[in-house]
Order: sequence, then C-alpha cells, then structure tokens
Amino acid sequence: MSEFDAIIVGGGLAGSTAAYVLAQQGLEVLLIERGNYGGSKNMTGGRLYAHSLEKIIPNFAEEAPVERRVVKERISMMTENDAFTIDYHSPRLAQAGSDSYVVMRGEFDRWLFDKAEEAGAMTAAGIKVDELIVENNRVTGVICGDEEMRADVVILADGVNSLLAEKAGLRKRVQPSQVAVGVKEVYGLPAKVIEDRFGLTGNEGTAWLFAGSPSNGLVGGGFLYTNKESISLGLVLGLEHIGESEKTIEEMMVAFSNHPEIAPLIKDAKLLERSGHVVPEAGLSMVSTLYGDGYLICGDAAGFCLNIGYMVRGMDLAIASGEMAAKAVIAAKEKGDFSSATLQSYKTMLDESFIMKDLAVYKNFPSFMENPRIFNQYPAMVSEIMAEMFIVNGSPAVPLRKKAMKHLKTVGLMNLLKDGFKGVKSV
Amino acid sequence: MTMSVEEKLGVNKFFVNEGKPHIEIDPNYPDMKEKLKLVKACPGGLYKLNENGTLSFDYAGCLECGTCRILCLGTVVKKWEYPESTMGVEYRYG
Repeated sequence: MSEFDAIIVGGGLAGSTAAYVLAQQGLEVLLIERGNYGGSKNMTGGRLYAHSLEKIIPNFAEEAPVERRVVKERISMMTENDAFTIDYHSPRLAQAGSDSYVVMRGEFDRWLFDKAEEAGAMTAAGIKVDELIVENNRVTGVICGDEEMRADVVILADGVNSLLAEKAGLRKRVQPSQVAVGVKEVYGLPAKVIEDRFGLTGNEGTAWLFAGSPSNGLVGGGFLYTNKESISLGLVLGLEHIGESEKTIEEMMVAFSNHPEIAPLIKDAKLLERSGHVVPEAGLSMVSTLYGDGYLICGDAAGFCLNIGYMVRGMDLAIASGEMAAKAVIAAKEKGDFSSATLQSYKTMLDESFIMKDLAVYKNFPSFMENPRIFNQYPAMVSEIMAEMFIVNGSPAVPLRKKAMKHLKTVGLMNLLKDGFKGVKSV
Repeated sequence: MTMSVEEKLGVNKFFVNEGKPHIEIDPNYPDMKEKLKLVKACPGGLYKLNENGTLSFDYAGCLECGTCRILCLGTVVKKWEYPESTMGVEYRYG
C-alpha cells in the first residue's frame, strides 16, 4: 500500500499547481520542497502571463502577491552608449484574459504553495528528496535522508536541473547549448519614484527587454521589470559560448546597470537581492521524457520554456503542465492504474494544449537566435542609422536612403534579407 | 557607488552548511578553457583564477543555479548536489 496517491517533488509553480488541483479533488498528496518555503529557491525575470493560473484560481491576482500589471512593453537595441527603443503602451495588455503580472517568486510561489496546503495537500518544506525509489522499472516513491515514502505516482517538478530525473535515468543531462544563465538584481525604490521614472500610475507596470551590448555578443540579452517598490534588472546569457566571452557575467552586469539608459532608472536605489538561475532555452528540442510507469515530469524539469526574443515564457507553461499532470493522475486513480499506458493521457493533454502547440510553432526560433548578427551587427546598424537621422552638425546633408544604405551594406543586404526571412518564418 | 560582487551577495540570505560543501572542484584541472567557463559564467562570481593558474571556489555564496554543473561536471566540477535540507540560499524576493 502506498502512503499517498501522489508525491510531488518541488514547491514551485508546476508542483504547487499540481498539488492544489489534486488536493481539491480529494486525493492524498504530499508536496515536498527542499527550501524553507515554496519559492525560496526560485527566481524569475520576470513576468507571469495570467491565463493558465486564471483558469485554476479565477481572479488570483486580487489575492496573490503580484507586483504590477504590465501595460507597457519596451524593447531596446543597445550598443555601448546608445539605445533604440520600441515602446508599446496599451490598456489592451491589461485586459482580463490577456493580462500579465510582474512577480517575484519568493513571494508568489510561497502563496501558491500555501494555497495547495489550504486545499488539503500535505506540505513538507525544508526537506530535500535525495533519490527516487525505482522498483521493477516503476517509480514508487522518494527517499529523503534515511526515510522512504511511497506513492502511486511521483510528479517531478524539481526544476531545470532535475537531478532526480537524471539520477534515475529518466532524462539526459542538460547540455550547455540548451540553456542560459540568468542573473538578476533587485533594486528597492519608493513606488512613487518608480511610477515617475517609468510613466506609470497605480499598479501599472513595465516589461522591458534589451538586445545588443548587454549580452556582449552572446545569445541573450537584458531585462528590466518594475515591481511595486523595486526594479528587477538582469541578464540572460546562453551557456554554449560563454567561455569564449572576454567579459565575466559580473562585468556584463556592471556594464548594463551603468549604461546611460539604465543608470538613471536605478539611481539612489538600494540593492535588495542578487539571484541566479538556469533558464531552459531550446524550446521543443529540449522537451524530453514526460511520463512513464509511476511518474510524470512537468514545468522546467520537462523543458517547457518559450523564448522568442521579444517574449519569454515559462511560468504559464509550468502552471498549465502542473494542472495537466494532476488531471492525468486523477484519471489514473479512477482506473486504479498508474502505468505508462494510462499516464500517457498527460502527453495527450499537453499535445492538445497551447504548450506543445506553441512550442511547435516556435521550434525554429532557438536556432535562428544562434546567428551572431542578431546580437552584434543589427543593434550597431540601427544605432548608426539613428545617429545619421538625428545628428545635425552643419555638414552637408545626405539623403536618408543613402545614409541608411551605407549601414545596411555593412551587414550585407543578402544577410539582411536572409535573416529577415528566417526570422519572420520562425515566429 | 560601485559594489563588488561579494558585497552584492552580502545582501542575500544564506544558510551556510559550514564544512560541508555541496559542490567540489578540482582546482588543478589542467584545461584552462574549462576553468575559464566557470570564471565567466558563475552568476555569483564564485570561481576565481589564482595567479598560479589554479582555480578557487567558495560554495558559501552559491545561488544553486546549476550553471557550473551543466558546463563542467566531469571536468573541473567533481561533485554537485543541492545543499542539504533547509540550507543554502533563501530568496526573499526571487
């Protein structure tokens, strides 16, 4: 006899969602988190697209510790001293159903973890799972220290590194080409100062991504999100070529935070926290084993993340995959069968959902991003064209098309056409 | 005011498992390229190249991101586990 219907490893968004949904259906669930509370080991840029959690907990943003609702999207191309920015401000971004929120995981995940407990899940924070119990090729429980706990099914929601899945041979080790490292600094400022600096009112927020000099030639970029009383500023850098970079991640972070576009925004702010995390970046190609006899894998551990340059998503996928994992377990419990054949319904649900559909639509984007022109030459080109347009110094005028052509030719017209075509195709 | 990376990590909350490193490295690993990956990529700036070419590493400020494991497990990184229950970094913001 198993002690639990399900043991869930990892009290992040995927795990806590799964625990919440299962507990609500009256299943006996144990949610285990190695940190002292849900979210204590988690970090995001970051922005949560509300749709997937909204379905599970309607109007969650009214009670959850969200920071600000995004109404302003900015994208900048940067060179060492220049910035060219696209700014989109619209109440449509905040409309119910398509709203998104800046969140901080230490607070937000803790709330969801506690919701799972309130719904009836047994929670165990501050407990590290050392190993899965595998008997006759079937996952039957977990080992924490010298204690063994058994369940009909184990849901692995233990994050991008998923040491447990790897140790048990359920998943291959993540490769440097599939992931990026994220680093973030949270800068405290009074709400009023943030609102003035970003042109926001009330709980409005800004989401801002940066391409070009912040990643110093690596695949990646910078990000800035406005919290209630702080600003999240950071970088995401692909690991594949990071060893060849002439700068360390800290040198890049310092250069980014001292950039003339950024420095005034965090002026007089107090550093509250420095965090780091690995981000799955390879899209569909890194989604590996999702289920088997007695187990399911969801969230970052399954590789569910979408990075399409102007938009990064992982948390809404984690929540939806946690919900589907729970639904698959509920169906398996009804049948009294937790074999791979029954748990396959998880994959069917994923395939029919936005998760696998969106991953399939954007499957070519990660390889498109490998193109070094995107992070070096194009930001420089845009900056040169802008300088030609706006700088007046008394030299004889040259028609704009001639000015622009000179810089387009630096990159190469064929390259531009090719990259433009590939880029449009991949999104 | 410029803060060093050590000072930045100093604002974080850590429960350090004294004397029980969760990550172990080979400071004398011969391939410089491998060692440089870690110096460049660790978001805590915890890997430092010494003047004699050896590598030093301080697990106390570890952010538990797994970057060094992904880059160098089996070469410079000899052992990589999460810290024991309740130990390690605790994100108050995250």
